[in-house]
Amino acid sequence: MKLPPFSLLLEEHGAGVYGFLVALCGPADAEDCWQETWLAALGAYPKLTRADNLRAWLLTIARNKARDAHRARARRPIPAASLPDAPAPPPPESDPSLWSLVASLPAKQRSALALRFASDLAYKDIAAVMECSEPAARQSVRQGLRKLREVL
Amino acid sequence: MKDIQEQLRAEARRAASPDVEALTREAAARGLVDVVYGVIESPLGPLVAAKSRRGLIRLAYATDGTDGALEEMARRVSPRILESPSRVDDARRQLDEYFNGRRRDFELDLDWSILQGFTRTVLEATAAIPYGHVATYREVASDAGSPRAVRAAGNALGSNPIPIIVPCHRVLRTGGALGGYTGGLERKEFLLRLEGTLPSL
Repeated sequence: MKLPPFSLLLEEHGAGVYGFLVALCGPADAEDCWQETWLAALGAYPKLTRADNLRAWLLTIARNKARDAHRARARRPIPAASLPDAPAPPPPESDPSLWSLVASLPAKQRSALALRFASDLAYKDIAAVMECSEPAARQSVRQGLRKLREVL
Repeated sequence: MKDIQEQLRAEARRAASPDVEALTREAAARGLVDVVYGVIESPLGPLVAAKSRRGLIRLAYATDGTDGALEEMARRVSPRILESPSRVDDARRQLDEYFNGRRRDFELDLDWSILQGFTRTVLEATAAIPYGHVATYREVASDAGSPRAVRAAGNALGSNPIPIIVPCHRVLRTGGALGGYTGGLERKEFLLRLEGTLPSL
């Protein structure tokens, strides 16, 4: 298997993966997720059997790391003051950006919007990362945008 | 709808950049990096210095950029390569001293593991030629145990992965002609002149 030097991957896709993670899980968690993504990628890299879509491979890892972080956040105890019947966990930071609204969408739409508008992926690649069909990827983006419009 | 898309794109572009240095440190601490490299400026142009866990494994003239040397490392050693300028500080400092005429011998761990057989023997013999001295291709072949393998010795020198530090520039043709050099003859001349051994023809 002829793999490019890992430093080249980092140079080419470091910023794209970071943008994706910021969009997906907010600036507070993005840095940690980014580190974990690249460490996991380094660990698996020599055993990789295909190198035809390394960007999709990296973004798939990133998506899993973001999901882990999301679950960990949900498990974290909520301060007593904000009980009882606390609503869904608040977005990471109280920043007024559009992406903080994206954070409140269902996971599929969140990922699809991040891949489309933060990582600039074609629908074919979004489908590869999300392990779904291309029409399903399109639909997730469309639904996400529609929801955003409703809240705005 | 278009405006929302544009706003999402614009906001994503504003994301700060991640901490690559911290990643490199953590990756090294976890043993996930096989080769680190840094670029070293020199009077002969930029050099790529690459280190394995054992030591310096490659010093490459990088006039045309670093890609070629890194791709070669990925193929011959491991694709788990990261840039870490500070990890080649010792090589950088010693090369600076050498080019300023303040150092004659390098004290760096070298990794010979990508070299085998006659090539390795020839380059080990070459590493023993002291500063300020020169040898002929024939002598190096002889030191490597095969006095008649002059051409093979030349090929071995041509594939020297650690030029300057393994001083293949100190090997000349019998009679004093320069012979060849991986980095081009002007560089060989420069190094010999620096060491005061450029033969006057």
